[in-house]
Parts: sequence; C-alpha cells; structure tokens
Amino acid sequence: MSTATDDAAVGTTPRKLKVATVSLAGCFGCHMSFLDIDERILPLLELVEFDRSPITDIKHCGPCDIGLIEGGVCNAENVHVLREFRANCKVLIALGACAVNGGLPAQRNHLELADILQQVYRTGHGLADGSQIPNDPELPLPLNQVHPVHEVVRIDYFLPGCPPSGDAIWAFLTQLIEGREPALGHGLLHYD
Amino acid sequence: MNNSFLLDGEDVPFIPGQTVMQAAAAAGKYIPHLCWHPDFTAHGSCKLCTVKIGGRFATACTTRAAAGQEVDNRTEELTAKRRTLLQLLFVEGNHFCPSCEKSGNCVLQATAYEMGMLSPHFDHFYPDRAVDASHPDVLLDFNRCIMCELCVRASREVDGKDVFALSGRGAKSHLIVNSETGRLADTDFAVTDRAAEVCPVGVILKKRVGFAVPIGQRDYDEKPISEKAVGKVADGVKEAG
Repeated sequence: MSTATDDAAVGTTPRKLKVATVSLAGCFGCHMSFLDIDERILPLLELVEFDRSPITDIKHCGPCDIGLIEGGVCNAENVHVLREFRANCKVLIALGACAVNGGLPAQRNHLELADILQQVYRTGHGLADGSQIPNDPELPLPLNQVHPVHEVVRIDYFLPGCPPSGDAIWAFLTQLIEGREPALGHGLLHYD
Repeated sequence: MNNSFLLDGEDVPFIPGQTVMQAAAAAGKYIPHLCWHPDFTAHGSCKLCTVKIGGRFATACTTRAAAGQEVDNRTEELTAKRRTLLQLLFVEGNHFCPSCEKSGNCVLQATAYEMGMLSPHFDHFYPDRAVDASHPDVLLDFNRCIMCELCVRASREVDGKDVFALSGRGAKSHLIVNSETGRLADTDFAVTDRAAEVCPVGVILKKRVGFAVPIGQRDYDEKPISEKAVGKVADGVKEAG
C-alpha cells in the first residue's frame, strides 16, 4: 500500500503537513487572527491540510505535524483535549496570551472557585429566582485555577500576543514549515 | 594606560569613578537593566545588567570601570540568563499585559521582547495583591511590582518624602506605602513628585491619562528598547554630568 510519505520519497508532490487547531479556555480571538492572514491562506493550503479545527469541524485530533493550541486550561475537558493534541502532534504550539500564561481567564486564579461560582450563579446581580450553580453531568468540571498549557504538557513553541497578529502567525508558521527556527522580530513579538 | 575598556570588543571611554553601566550609557551602548536609572544611586538588585568582566559575572551598575577591562554584554549566554531572570519576574507577579495601560511603555515588557522571551517557562505564582485607588490622582497596582525600588529612591532622594518602602523578606518582599493606613491617599504624595513618574512597570499610574497615547504608538512600539534606551539614558548621563 502506498502512503503519502512513500509518494514524497519517490519525488512526487510532497505530502501536505497536517495541522490541527483548537481553542481551550480562549475566546477564539487567536483563530480570528489566524484568519487575518487573509488571502495568504491559499498558499498555506498548498502546504498544509487541516485535521481537527473549527475550520473542518473534525471532533478528534488524528496524527498531525503541527498542533496550534489557543487558550489555557480551565476545566477537565481542556486537559483531555490538550493531552490528545500532545499525543498526536509532532510539534505543539502555544498560540496567544492565554495558552502562554493563562491570560484573561487566569485573572480568577487568586480567587476561590467556590466563591466565584456562588457569586456568579447564586448571589450576584440580575439572577433569576432560584438560580443554581449548573451541575449537568455533561458539563466539564472547572479546575481550581486556570493553567498555561505548558504546565500540563510539553510545548515546543510559544507564540505570544493577545492575539498574535496575522502577520506574526504567518511569519511563525511559514518559517516553521520551511524548516527554520521561528523568530519574531521587533513589531511582531507582543504580549498584548 | 588610557581610560577605556572593551565592551563586546568595542572601545568605551570612561571618567574615573564611573561604573561600567554609566560609561556604556554615556557612549550610547545598551546594557539591559531594570532597577538602574542614571539619576539615582545604583541598586544592583535586578541583576539584568549582569555582564562578564574578565570571565567573571558582575553587575555593570555597581562595578567601577577600569582601564583594560574586557566586558562581555550581548552574548548568547548572558541573553539566556537575563531571559531567565525576566521569566522569574513575570511568574512572580501578575503581569497581564493585555489589560495593562503601561503596555508599550513598560521597561519590563520591552526588555523581555529584547531578550526574546516567548514564554514564562516556570509555573505562575498568581499572587493575590490588592490595588490602591485611594489617591485622587494616582493609582497603585501592586500586581506588577518588580521591587526595583526606583520609587523608593525617588521619593527619598528627590522628593524627600519617603512614601514607599519594601517590606518583608525573600519571597514575601513587597512594596508598602508609608502611612498609618497603608493607603496612598493618607500620605503627602503628589502627582508632581518624581516618584510618580519613575516606575518602569505599571504600578504607579497617573489617573485619567492611561490611553492618551494609543497602543501601537508608544515608546517601544516605535523602536526596541536597545535603540530607544540608549538615547534616553545617554542624554540623562550627559545632563547629570
């Protein structure tokens, strides 16, 4: 049986790299910024094909070359998804401030989770009578603190920014795909 | 022997009594630093200005320049060590750049860009630190304090008020305000004080001007700190001299 790798070896069209993307405890802002590469997505699609991603709606990450993780880890499901990405992706990238350092969701980290849930669902303003803390078994349990992804799995590359600009993402990915060590110069490296 | 030393292989002249940092700054050479400021007594605490002099580590801000010294500054080894120091500072406080009005003007952030810091590497402390909005003109956000003591020195040496101090030891060190209540409003601190404009990060913030200069048009948006700081610092040293 011929595989994509064998084809590449005999000099036909090189195999496209498989890329998976996901937003954990993120706002999808980094994915929106990814789309800000605009028409450059066409030459990118010459080089890569998407596995699990909001672009494809594939639900589970298969074997991939590159995984892009947006958002930190705030609940049990995030942990499972992140581990699935790590198990399947050769290169895993923390994309954006929340994946890199927890970001906005991590601003709850100095508060007690029980107090937050109590205030948001029981004692806060504008709640319906009898409002309860959600306990549907399908809801993933929140973690006591929000964690940057590198505190849970090994991360190969970090691309900070809230969000990183389309130009930063483009520069980073193209350098990586070309086999170079990605480097962001002045103007592309931002923490905000 | 003439009064000069070698900084990364380049001749840097000095006046006897000057530190390596002062001489480098006067010559327009950037040595990364956080707690050093040309107008104040050297503090030697942030260690960002650590260089190698004759193969030995030394802080450039507290080591006197001497003829014939061979000083390594912008080497890969020192950049890696400085990056680690910055990562330790970032995880120790709550440095959430996207919500900080100092972003783009922040020396900590700009220095981290300069050193190519892409991740915090270590586990975050996420400390619980209060803000003090009691003063009518100035907000204190202790989440971002790196304990450089520039405000302590400015308040003591220039303003003559001793409004700020560091308290506690080791990991429990923190900035405090010198009043019975601990609130800034209960001191004689004024927005015109030198201490009000010396903070390199986003702790001491003047109210109502936070976004007068939009993000994207700020000090270090224009040029990296290695190019920006050199001009600023060199001018400061010349004026002081």
